Amino acid sequence: MNAVLALSAVLFVIGTLGVLVRRNAIIIFLCIELQLNAVNLALVAFSRAHGIEGQIFVFFSMTVAAAEAAVGLAIIISIFRHYETVDVSSFNLLKW
Amino acid sequence: MDVTILNLVFYALAVVAIGSALGVVFGRSPVASLLFMVSTLGSVAGIYVLLEAHFLAAIQVMVYAGAIMVLFLFVIMLLNLGHDYQQDLRGWAFSLLALGVSGGIGGLLVQRFFDLEAAGLSLGLAGVGASELDASIQELGALGVIAEPLYTTYVVPFEITGILLLVAIVGALVLAKRNVEGSGRGGEDLQ
Repeated sequence: MNAVLALSAVLFVIGTLGVLVRRNAIIIFLCIELQLNAVNLALVAFSRAHGIEGQIFVFFSMTVAAAEAAVGLAIIISIFRHYETVDVSSFNLLKW
Repeated sequence: MDVTILNLVFYALAVVAIGSALGVVFGRSPVASLLFMVSTLGSVAGIYVLLEAHFLAAIQVMVYAGAIMVLFLFVIMLLNLGHDYQQDLRGWAFSLLALGVSGGIGGLLVQRFFDLEAAGLSLGLAGVGASELDASIQELGALGVIAEPLYTTYVVPFEITGILLLVAIVGALVLAKRNVEGSGRGGEDLQ
């Protein structure tokens, strides 16, 4: 029953596609969360074969994801105040 | 439970998860994408239950689908993105490139998957095959099996996580708060 790993890979690829094709910074962020979740799923699947450490790691990764969501959304809010948009193709200050 | 029923439940949840994930990527409005994401997280939580990660399933629903997604919803509503939405998929050339890149990543993952399968990897759902996890869940309970190592072997990373959360709270406050007179910080004076 390795289908869990296949599901995890499919979710990760969909998340990658979303990060690349969307322009809305919030949706891109949501797709990054999707990728994180896909990896968490793979870790939980492996923890059934290799012991509880996989689940511990997922616990920490969820905490980090929560912290990352808070800081990332704060950054999006402060960028929105400056540019009045969340379209990532208009953030070109660092472009050479 | 019967193995075939478990498999059926798994495949139903997997179909919902993949469909909603596609909904996140191709959703018309940010709020729709967000609700699709909640549905994906819920189905993944269901799969966690099938994999005997009961505590993580509960945390997934409460922290991810509850707290983090509500935070996203607040920000979408705060920035008023709901109705002045314009089509924000990238152009076809870039999309094709993106499809190629994610297809490449998918190909690598599939190749690795078949390597593992050839090496005799076999991961089972709850009740399918014997896993060393089953014995410890019998002994310590679903919560004890994750709490015991968390407060003994992994107690230092656990405490560091607390510091990380504190730093994140302070950082988010500093970044998102409006400019207070004379403080010389915040979004306003960037302009």
